[in-house]
Formats: sequence, C-alpha cells, structure tokens
Amino acid sequence: MSQLDTLPKLDVAAIRADFPILQETVHGKPLVFLDSAASAQKPECVIKAEVDLYHHYYANIHRGVYKFSQDATEAYENTRETVRAFIGARSTRECLFVRGATEGINLVAQAWGRAFLKEGDEIILSEMEHHSNIVPWQMVAEEKGATIKAIPVLDDGSLDMEAYKSLLSDRTKMVAVAHVSNSIGTINPVKDIIKMAHDVGALTLIDGCQAAPHFQIDVRDLDADFYAFSAHKAYGPTGIGVIYGKEDLLDKMPPWQGGGDMISTVSIEKTTYNDLPHKFEAGTPNIAGGIAMGAAISYINSVGFDAIEAHEKAITDYAMAVLGRVNSLRLIGTAKDRCSVISFVMDHAHPHDIGTILDRQGIAVRAGHHCAQPMMDRFDIPGTVRASFGIYNSTDDVDRLVEGLQKVVDIFG
Amino acid sequence: MDYLDTTIDDVIDTFEFLDDWEDKYRFIIDLGRKLPPLDASEMTEETRVRGCQSQVWLVPELDDAGTLSFRGDSDAHIVKGLVALMLLIHSGKTPKQILDTDAKAILGQLDLSAHLSPMRANGLFSMLERIRTVAAEHAA
Repeated sequence: MSQLDTLPKLDVAAIRADFPILQETVHGKPLVFLDSAASAQKPECVIKAEVDLYHHYYANIHRGVYKFSQDATEAYENTRETVRAFIGARSTRECLFVRGATEGINLVAQAWGRAFLKEGDEIILSEMEHHSNIVPWQMVAEEKGATIKAIPVLDDGSLDMEAYKSLLSDRTKMVAVAHVSNSIGTINPVKDIIKMAHDVGALTLIDGCQAAPHFQIDVRDLDADFYAFSAHKAYGPTGIGVIYGKEDLLDKMPPWQGGGDMISTVSIEKTTYNDLPHKFEAGTPNIAGGIAMGAAISYINSVGFDAIEAHEKAITDYAMAVLGRVNSLRLIGTAKDRCSVISFVMDHAHPHDIGTILDRQGIAVRAGHHCAQPMMDRFDIPGTVRASFGIYNSTDDVDRLVEGLQKVVDIFG
Repeated sequence: MDYLDTTIDDVIDTFEFLDDWEDKYRFIIDLGRKLPPLDASEMTEETRVRGCQSQVWLVPELDDAGTLSFRGDSDAHIVKGLVALMLLIHSGKTPKQILDTDAKAILGQLDLSAHLSPMRANGLFSMLERIRTVAAEHAA
C-alpha cells in the first residue's frame, strides 16, 4: 500500500450533508463556499445545540438552584472541558471564554499589559498579523510607553527568522504572532518562536484562529503562554471564543472587566475576585454560544484531525497546482508549510472585480486586504483574492473556482 | 460627461436588451473604461472615498452657472463603471436637483442597487453620501 492509502479518509459527501447551508444556490448556481477563513459554515449539530438549549432547558448559569439553571451550567461548563482537551491545557482554569480571539487578545493586552509593561519595553509582532493582533498591542504600548517591533516577512510569505532573532533582547516582554497567516496561509514555526522568546524572558501570545479548525493544537507542547481562537472559524457559533493562559500568569493578572460572576464577595468598599476562569468572565456570558462551541469541537473530534489535515492538504495542493496554470494569475505566499488558505492576484482585474464575477457564478471568496494591511503593503498590492478551504470543500469546488476565473480572464483579459 | 457619450436614460434603455449578467457587467466595465482616469495628483486623501475592498476618488467642481459636476475614478474596473453611472446620474445638475435625485431607485432599474447598500464594501455608498454632502453645502 502506498502511504496515501493508509491515510484516514474523509467522506466529503457525508460531511457536506451535515451542513444545511451547502444545499443553497446563489444567483441560481450551487454554492461554492471558499471563505471559511473568514468564518466557517455550521453543521446541523451545532445549530441544534443552540436551538435545544432555548427549546428545552434555557436559564442563566452559575446562579440558579433550579434544574434548568443547573443543566445549562453543566452544558456550558462541559464545553470548558472539551476546550481544555482540544488544546491540551492542563486545567479548565486556563481556558477563558471570550467573545472571540479579538477579545482574547485585548484581554491579555489590557490585563497583562497594563499591569506589567513599562516604558522602554518591547512587544514583537509580525508583518503578517491580522489587525486584531496589532491594534490591541498598539493601544497598550502607547499607554505604557512600550515599543512595537515587527518580524519581517520573506518573499515566499514565511517569517524572517534571522530577523526575529536579532529583534529579541532583554527589552522584549511579549511576542505575539499568528500560528497561521489569515491572508496567505503560512504556518509559522511557533514552537521555535516561543522557545526563542522564552530564552530572553519574554512571554508569548499565539493567535490560533486559522490553526484551530485545521490541525491539532497542543499549548503545552508549544509552551505558549497565551493562545487565542474563535469558535466561528471552527464550525462553531459567532460571539464566542477562547483565550488560553498559563494559570500562574492568569493568577497574577488583575481582572479586566468588572461585573457579576467575576466576584467572590462585594461590599461597597471592597471586592474580592472569583477564582479562575471566572475572574475574567464578568457578566452573563454567551451561554448558547458556549454550549454550541462544545458541539462544534466534538464535531471536529468526530471527524478527526488526521483525516481533516490529509483532506485539506490534498485540496490545497491541488488548488495551488491548478490555479498556478490560470492565465495572468500570481499566487501570493508560497511557503512550504501552509494551510488551507490561498491568496492570489491577477494582472487585468482588481480583487474586487474578481470577487464580483465569481459571486455571480455562485462562488464565495474573500477579496480585499483581509484585515492585514501591513501584509498587503509588504507585497505592494491593494489586496488579494483569498480562497480558503474547510472540511466540506472538495476538488470539485476548486474546479468550479478555476472555471469561474476563466470567466474573469474572458471579461477582463 | 461628453466622454461617456451616453445618458443615464440611454443606459437604462440599453440594459433592457441585456438579459445576461455577464453582458451587463461587460457594459458597466466598458463604461468605466471610457472614464478618463484622474491625475495622480488628484488622488489625495481629501478626494478618496475609502472602501474595504476597493477605493473610489471623487472630485467635485462647481461652475459659474451654479451646476455641479463630478469626476471620479476607482482602482477596480466594475466599481469604476459604477462610478461612471453615478457621475451620469449626478453631474451637470444644480445642487437642488442632485438632492432631489434618487440614485438608489435608478440603480434599482438597472438591478444594481445592491451595490449601493451601506454595508457594501466597495465605497459606492460613501461616494453617494459625499456627492449629497457636497450638493447640500452648495445648496445652502
């Protein structure tokens, strides 16, 4: 048997049947959804998890002595254990639920940064970061007099690790980089990046939004200090996500937002705070989202990352090969380690034109700067067209994309 | 608007004979290609109407007779064609006439009004807002 035959297979027809929206047509054409990197579609089990809560046992959590409140609390807290196992955290106390990765990064930037950053300290980001891993750091850096440095990106879309090495110093207090680039799909060597940061005494935050849906994350193996991801990119609902933090760090950090649920005792003079993770979860949380996030992770687990990775790699490799043959198309980002995201530009048409013509053919792609303007500046382009893949995509989708692009060449070429 | 060699009424008439989306887009793109590009010096922060996915520039000019005309440009072909349509709709009118114009209804006749929704990232909605702001300033 060849190695291919031994790889776990993913039954894409069965997977597609789990996602009701994939039956839709757009402008009279069957939907080809190639924008999972922006937000993934939801399987029936995730939709049902939210509906079931509201139909059958909804109540506020962490407060009631009655059955529904206890049932809802249990379902919500079960997700925390599902999340813990999903990312390999030591304890559920390290898994904070937030609105999404953006809020998670802001939480760390504010709670950790305001308490521990000093004037002259340095934060290292990279040129390929999503705006949500740039702006929160700029805000706290400005407040604390810290400086931001960026790891440059090489022509193939990988990080310049030599330059990173030279940026590190005893002034470095935080290194915050993406596990996978949202705009071009490069998988960064985050384990090395974290090790090098720790060697100079810096902490690390990894933006795992584009990693969590695609391959196994192990925060302990990576030794990440903080790790963020959003449920909605991993087949879960919007408005919920996770920021992982090492327990000793979270213990030392002051709370970020005040309110209910995050307190132990409150008097008008003095409040003592609740234990982790609740110290960082003020107010009634996204209960339905939390429960449905658990369903989404269970769904991913039931498919299995071995099968998901093999399937998505096959599609991505196929797409790189066939797109490379489309007239006047130039791929942006060709690093060896890459994941489910392909970005390109074409000579005669702007990304917006390409996206519009593809839309008319029922093909959903992202066109623009992908909230990564420094990355677009790096490649001196206004934006790209980005096709991104999830578990429900097939090589048929890639073929439809190529056909769609032929139409673009016809019209603009 | 002589360089476009057409009027918005002609465009609406022509569109009635184009039933295929592709032909409509080709027509819009051709219209955009007839629009003289703005000089680089005119593409400033002041004239730029920012969109998320494409950019639009708009230069208003008021003549002695009190009519407003506009020149515009975009970095994307289809948007540039839509800019040309917007210029056809609004140029050469008095500020009052502009404020009385329902551009969304006209684009609706062309089945293109979706491009004018506020959430649309192409900058066209912001362009319309700016045209109306300029008109309102001069109408006062």
